[in-house]
Amino acid sequence: MKHIKTINTKNLCESAKNGGCGECQTSCQSACKTSCGIANQQCENTQK
Amino acid sequence: MIHQYKLGEYNIVLDTCSGSVHAVDEVAYEVIALFEGNSRDTVLSLVAEKFAGREDVTALDIEECYDQVVELKEEGKLFAPDNFAPMAGKLKEKTAGVVKALCLHIAHTCNLNCSYCFASQGKYHGERAIMSFEVGKRALDFLIENSGKRRNLEVDFFGGEPLMNFQVVKDLVAYARSIEKEKGKNFRFTLTTNGVLVDDDVIDFANRECENVVLSLDGRKEIHDRFRVDYAGNGSFDRIVPKFRKLVEARGGKNYYMRGTFTHANPDFLEDIKVMLDLGFNELSMEPVVCAPGDPSELTPEDMEIVKKQYEDLAFLMLEKDKEGKPFTFYHYMIDLTGGPCIYKRISGCGSGTEYMAVTPWGDLYPCHQFVGEEKFKLGNIWDGVTNTEAQCEFASCNVYAHPECRDCWARLYCSGGCAANAYHSTGSVTGVYKSGCELFKKRMECAIMVAVDRATREE
Repeated sequence: MKHIKTINTKNLCESAKNGGCGECQTSCQSACKTSCGIANQQCENTQK
Repeated sequence: MIHQYKLGEYNIVLDTCSGSVHAVDEVAYEVIALFEGNSRDTVLSLVAEKFAGREDVTALDIEECYDQVVELKEEGKLFAPDNFAPMAGKLKEKTAGVVKALCLHIAHTCNLNCSYCFASQGKYHGERAIMSFEVGKRALDFLIENSGKRRNLEVDFFGGEPLMNFQVVKDLVAYARSIEKEKGKNFRFTLTTNGVLVDDDVIDFANRECENVVLSLDGRKEIHDRFRVDYAGNGSFDRIVPKFRKLVEARGGKNYYMRGTFTHANPDFLEDIKVMLDLGFNELSMEPVVCAPGDPSELTPEDMEIVKKQYEDLAFLMLEKDKEGKPFTFYHYMIDLTGGPCIYKRISGCGSGTEYMAVTPWGDLYPCHQFVGEEKFKLGNIWDGVTNTEAQCEFASCNVYAHPECRDCWARLYCSGGCAANAYHSTGSVTGVYKSGCELFKKRMECAIMVAVDRATREE
């Protein structure tokens, strides 16, 4: 019996290796304009 | 650090620092809750006690479950330590001086007179004004000159109501398109509009040139017309809805947000979401009002509880619509667990005042649209660049570790420390914490992740 189902997610520690290109969108810009969240942003790194 | 919660049919465990998400059964839920700080024997006996009398939960089950937790911990997917603090300032340090996005305040005036407007009917507590082509052109040149190696440059046409100065919007886009190739850039434009001046020309332009359009609609007619009125006091719902429908139909699948605001008048905002869906819109955003404390539209503590329940019901509605084959999106629930931002982005905080700035009709630079009119935050102008380096430093040092309250928060890598403007307006400091905003943000994340878990589970 498997008690834990791990959902496929981005490995945040791994993302440090080639991260930080800065191409992704600024937080609330082009969208809600009144709150900040980065979880719903797309990674736009083309050098991964 | 972990965060556990139950929502719908799921028991969910989030591992903050690895970003791992686990859907667990009730035995694992208890084992994980007791795991840190207790010996193996203690955990096994406490869990056995909890499930005493349950024939379906054997001692062997509990042991097996405990071993799975140990395994996940060893793989770095549970109780992962936070080793990111030394990286917190790195991204901004590395990109110091690079600007990649501007919010152009094309018109500090508006054809609607919404009392809840954070921009005081588009005037930002100042004079009415519109941006000239010369100022806008210089702003675009400033952006290119300061964008370093960034290829994607974002420009928002914002106001007030930008369509009150539509010719300048069109001329600026034509100018940007004429130079982007030779400069090695890709401009992405967004238009935010209240819809009053939308016509075929606007529709054609927006759908051809704008990566995104943000269309202001509060949902139910009586809710929308309560605040979104013209200067004669007439509601705008009946005028704008047919225009928005035409625009969205013609959009051909390009992004848009039907964006509403909820206030003390409609904490039951799910009803407004349903109206938007009935009108045929399916890319939705609904935001809590941003207003001064004591404003009549401010959400009360009682409203907050209603709002949290609405967020849960919204998540359930999304799953229901998924099953009907009529999916819709909600801005705050668009979480991409496998392709979201890297850790640098997650800890660096909002880019306001550094990579993102707002430009007034006069060419002044502010850290973002929500700071326009706050004189002490004026950073400089598009001709001389940033001259108020002290204010800019405050924003450059703003990251998730700059907020002491965020250190123990499970949601910190989903919000990146929150909105600097909300923090400033509620605490007087950009590194403060807007508590009620956090409360709603955390609820939204729990709901968004539950929806993502359900979708991932069904895909399999």
